[in-house]
Amino acid sequence: MSDKTINRVAKATPRRLARKVRGLSDRAIAWIFVGPTIFLLLAINIFPLIWTINLSFTNFKANRINRAVDYIGLRNYERILTDGDIWLSMQATAHFLFWTIFFQVLIGFALAWLINRKFKGNDIWTTIIVLPMMLSPAVVGNFWTFLYQPQIGLFNYVVAFFTGADPSSFEMLGSVDLAPWSIVIVDTWMWTPFVMLICLAGLRSIPDYIYEAAEVDRASKLRQFFTITIPMVMPFLMLAVLFRGIENFKMFDLVVQLTGGGPGSTTELASINLKREAFEKWRTGYSSAFAIILFVTVFGLASIYVKALNKVKER
Amino acid sequence: MNSHKLATASVIAIAAATFANTAQAEELTLCWAAWDPANALVELSKEFEAESGHSMSFEFVPWPNFADRMLNELNSGGQLCDLLIGDSQWIGGGAENGHYVKLNDFFDTAGISMDDFADATVYAYSTWPKGTPNYYALPAMGDANGWFYRKDWFEREDIRAAFMEQTGRELAEPTSQLELLEIAQFFQGREIDGNTVYGAAIFTERGSEGITMGVTGALYPWGFKYENTPGSYDMEGAVNSPEAVEALEFYKEFYQTATPPGYTNAYMGESLDAFKSGQVAMAMNWFAFFPGLYADPGVGGDKIDFFVNPPQNYAGSTLGGQGISVVSYSDKQDAALEYIAWFAQPEVQAKWWGLGGYSAHNSVLNDPGFEASAPFAGDFLVAMQDVKDFWQEPVYAELLLSMQKRMHDYVVADQGTAQEALDLLIQDWTEVFEDEGKL
Repeated sequence: MSDKTINRVAKATPRRLARKVRGLSDRAIAWIFVGPTIFLLLAINIFPLIWTINLSFTNFKANRINRAVDYIGLRNYERILTDGDIWLSMQATAHFLFWTIFFQVLIGFALAWLINRKFKGNDIWTTIIVLPMMLSPAVVGNFWTFLYQPQIGLFNYVVAFFTGADPSSFEMLGSVDLAPWSIVIVDTWMWTPFVMLICLAGLRSIPDYIYEAAEVDRASKLRQFFTITIPMVMPFLMLAVLFRGIENFKMFDLVVQLTGGGPGSTTELASINLKREAFEKWRTGYSSAFAIILFVTVFGLASIYVKALNKVKER
Repeated sequence: MNSHKLATASVIAIAAATFANTAQAEELTLCWAAWDPANALVELSKEFEAESGHSMSFEFVPWPNFADRMLNELNSGGQLCDLLIGDSQWIGGGAENGHYVKLNDFFDTAGISMDDFADATVYAYSTWPKGTPNYYALPAMGDANGWFYRKDWFEREDIRAAFMEQTGRELAEPTSQLELLEIAQFFQGREIDGNTVYGAAIFTERGSEGITMGVTGALYPWGFKYENTPGSYDMEGAVNSPEAVEALEFYKEFYQTATPPGYTNAYMGESLDAFKSGQVAMAMNWFAFFPGLYADPGVGGDKIDFFVNPPQNYAGSTLGGQGISVVSYSDKQDAALEYIAWFAQPEVQAKWWGLGGYSAHNSVLNDPGFEASAPFAGDFLVAMQDVKDFWQEPVYAELLLSMQKRMHDYVVADQGTAQEALDLLIQDWTEVFEDEGKL
């Protein structure tokens, strides 16, 4: 008993410190451990949030610190909610969000299903497939800009090869119709492997005996897929959707690198718009209100989604 | 007694420290955009280092990030830069927000007269409020948006004959905006030496200031004004005048019919690349790049020539260029002012021009040999006579971003009409000025 670790630690603790700690209750010791974390949380998350809410009711501009700051009530919120350009950027965000998640889940699950099968070179293929998500978004954005180049871009040549169209007859990044899809394609290329990995984890967590029992019951492969595979992978899939949804709602770097929000404002997602308002136009009060609206939107949607996810898990 | 001695010693120590501080060599940091003239300034500044004993370091930021990076630095009261060669539009914000040191007293003490510099550059780069004798910068780099073209193509007999056949006139430097478009359209998609070439590289960039600088190159020659009466912020009928609408439609037609494919987000770098790669017959860009282009082994020398932005109803070029200011947050202001005094000397200004910087000093510009000193020198003088600048208000960034959006929406994204784009621009600008309490 005496050579146990806890006793050795107790012996090694300086007498003065031991005396001090001995006088503390368990709750006090717990606070000592948790306190720094709570302090950091308050300082880094809660305080800025409260400060942002406060600023959202003002006309404050961070580049005009000499100017008087007035409280203007809900004026910023009213302006944002009645601004057609803001709604256009929300539409662009919704388009990006929906289609990236749709394609990533579809292709990611299909890839996971294929990779889950035992075949030669399985590991190498898995590594190759996950490569895109290891790259920096700035690098990905940059080289896809070249791939989309109408005169020398590989993408246009591939499309031209299959369709017979002139490669320079269409501009993926410069066309109002194609630019929203061009960013969907790049994000899907980059982040499908992430969804695939989560789905793969889900597929590998399904015990073989369930399939064996289904085989005994002579369930067809299709039946097994819809009654065993899909329901058991569903929580994982929903988790992937949650991660990708939150990530893509705040998408910035990749799209800025690809289109800069253009042509015009076609691919100006909410986060790009917010950055322009906050750090280029320096409308700090206005952009704080916009940030709060986005925060409430994401928080609300995520809460509803997490409840749904928990229900699926309980099934 | 002891306390008396201590006080005396303290005073002596403080005085000695102060003296040592003024006499000691400082390391000055000069901030500017990363481009050809910046390299010339590094070379030029070596003389200052040798003369003054101070050492210089430089912080050069690529153009697309220059405004963001430097304005953030100023707004946060950063001490990165002792000297800043900031864009002309920053002068209002620099002065009103206390970022720049007011230089009037220093100019008086150092014997620097603003009369020694070209009027247009003093007005644009140094004064705030505009045109008043309140100086926050010394004109450092005169600049305007101009054009360059493939002289070797323009001189080829087969091309000249084809142009004559198509247009009924000789192929030559354009004398109007419409001629410019006609020439660009002539070259668009033409086969030259087995390669498909295009008309011209123009500015269409969305993120910083590109498309605004390009569009104003058409707006000014048509007679565009920001206000009906200067200082009144009365924009209705000026910003969206019929001439402005016509000019904007012209620029869109130019973009759609005479630029290379995929040219949807192009500024200085893309313009230079398109020209140097032999893709375009003409290109717009800042005069600052012309020395480098003329020296280019591929397309420079006999193959290139330059012209001023052509007039239409009026002569007008978009102003570039910058003044050099002392940053008020610097703790090396004395040494920074020393640099400005040195830089303002006529002989230093002459060397500055010789190295590829565009001096705004009258002794350089009025020198009888100036026009012949470079193939673009005469054009530079002509351009600087009719330059116009964007708003220089402290809220210029908001005004600029609104224009970037409205112009890109119309020209590149093909949304709405020119009239609608300019009407919306007035709405945006009105809102900004109302927020500022100026309307």
